[in-house]
Amino acid sequence: MTVPLLSVRDLRVTFGTRDGDVCAVQGVSFDVREGETIAIVGESGSGKSVTANSLMKLNFGSDVRIEGQILLNGRDILAMSEEEVRRLRGNEMAMIFQDPLTALNPFYTIGNQIAEAYSIHHPNTSKRELREIALQSLHKVGIPEPGKRVDQYPHEFSGGMRQRIVIAIALVNSPKLLIADEPTTALDVTVQAQILDLIAEMQQEHGSAVILITHDLGVVAEITQRLLVMYAGNIVEEALVTDAFARPTHPYTQGLLRSVKSLESQRHNQLEPIPGIPPSLINMPSGCAFHPRCSYAHQLGDRCVQQRPLLREVGASRTACHATDDVLLSLGLGDS
Amino acid sequence: MSTSVVNEVINQDDVVLEAVNLQKYFPTGASKLLQRPTQLVQAVDGVSFSLRKGKTLAIVGESGCGKSTLARLLARLIEPTSGSVLLNGENVSTATSKQLLRMRRDIQVVFQDPYACLNPRHSIGQSIGTPIRIQKTMSRTDERHRVFELMDLVGLSTEHYNRFPHEFSGGQRQRAGIARALALQPKVIIADEPVSALDVSIQAQILNLLEKLQADLDLSYVFIAHDLSVVRHIADEVAVMYLGKIVEIGTPEAVYGAPSHPYTQALMSAVPVPNPQLAAKRKRIILTGDVPSPVNPPFGCRFRTRCAKVQDICAVEEPLLIDRGQGHLVACHFPD
Repeated sequence: MTVPLLSVRDLRVTFGTRDGDVCAVQGVSFDVREGETIAIVGESGSGKSVTANSLMKLNFGSDVRIEGQILLNGRDILAMSEEEVRRLRGNEMAMIFQDPLTALNPFYTIGNQIAEAYSIHHPNTSKRELREIALQSLHKVGIPEPGKRVDQYPHEFSGGMRQRIVIAIALVNSPKLLIADEPTTALDVTVQAQILDLIAEMQQEHGSAVILITHDLGVVAEITQRLLVMYAGNIVEEALVTDAFARPTHPYTQGLLRSVKSLESQRHNQLEPIPGIPPSLINMPSGCAFHPRCSYAHQLGDRCVQQRPLLREVGASRTACHATDDVLLSLGLGDS
Repeated sequence: MSTSVVNEVINQDDVVLEAVNLQKYFPTGASKLLQRPTQLVQAVDGVSFSLRKGKTLAIVGESGCGKSTLARLLARLIEPTSGSVLLNGENVSTATSKQLLRMRRDIQVVFQDPYACLNPRHSIGQSIGTPIRIQKTMSRTDERHRVFELMDLVGLSTEHYNRFPHEFSGGQRQRAGIARALALQPKVIIADEPVSALDVSIQAQILNLLEKLQADLDLSYVFIAHDLSVVRHIADEVAVMYLGKIVEIGTPEAVYGAPSHPYTQALMSAVPVPNPQLAAKRKRIILTGDVPSPVNPPFGCRFRTRCAKVQDICAVEEPLLIDRGQGHLVACHFPD
């Protein structure tokens, strides 16, 4: 087995707040291999964005504690100085954010912003070369008339076009790792389809690995190969996308898929929601964080309440649940 | 309970809400001081439909298509430029403020953002009772009882009467928003993106609640949404909007099963499917470009600038909504 491009080991992120410490990510470990696309899925507050930001060391503030290891090509990002991390950002790894308007500076032309991203890591580039690079990048991400558009400002572009520009900036240095945090959530479906295609296309061209953060299981099925499901700061299931959709093992993943799947079925069928609400991170349930909403917890008794389950192999997936393999594998999606 | 709309003879007495050639133009751009001609955003341009008792009409479309403007016109939260809204045969658009107050007992709105639509300084109970106090239909004691009843109806614990909006989760707040809309026992509810701000697992809960309430209270819904899978689940009739006009309207079976308008086809194919095998197989229609500006929409067919089937006639003559059989109406010169 080859050495993974990115290796996250026991990542913990804690925010100090007035109401006490909030542990948004509680010991997360995963690998990303070169050129692969993985998805991190979860509801709001599950810790998926905090995980993504930690990879770039973007969690600011004096009250943030990040523990564990984030190894990019074997080097620990968390142990690096700010200067060293800055050299990696936008160069070896880059990020696409959810809202392209806030990700772009309204006072600079988009040509300037693309050129800036390049010149920071290539300081001896001439102005003419930089402009050429900006034009090429715009052309690559499918902006029509790059010669005219390069001198325009973000407000002169539509949402989809802005996201293309953000992608152009992220890819200008051909990063090995691209982190896309809800890249299409702010966009309409027809534009979302364009952007997902573009990300897949760019990935093939640059051979980058992509981490796609999303809450939309449809998007996951479209472009990713491997799936991490997060719940309340933990990874609860890790599987190939095809396995996870065909035979989800964790009760939470099953519930998520069921509430989506039934939408596809006949109209006016009773939907099967997951009961209850996601837990507050300040007041986490003991043991397995999902137990108050889990329909199997009462069958297993106190274990779910007392002990946090660890990820283990169940069938083709890795799942954090106390239920036996037989139970988890037989549950599946029920009537699918 | 899924009787097909198609097989029923449309009975005029059944119609609770009717839009007749509704139009809303917003002035924009130039200032009056400089005497420049004011531009008009054609947000809604000639929309007609009727909603029958106990049924759900869903209006779908991407941002900027005018669906939310339409929602506000229906409840007369804004004044139409021309056209009218008939509620139980009475014209809402020309009603005096006194008449309107009475009419609003029959038509209520559920908004997208349940946090923004609840007064943060009012307790949940107070907020739910507000319509009753405005309409002065009950004594304070009766109001309190009614609010308890409503909270019970939407699945909120009556012990939470004195709590404030910030103490609730998004899903619970939306339940409160629904309870408030139900306070006056309306016949019609306009729901403007009622679940799009919620997590997937919570969306299913709220959709189930809306369906249950419809069955129990014989409500009619105008359901505005951009999420096509949600709409498929809840709608009896679906209208697709593009740039201020309805381009296709029919039963979900017709609109989803056999979409006829090229825009509907592209929209349907752009929705990510939560099924990796299917996602890999199916053919997607990716639209090029962006939605044109509603300030200066294309002459003739408004979709022609992005349409693959465009011919000369599309730029000359505007296609009308024509019945293609069984109440499936399409506005295209070359429908499938």
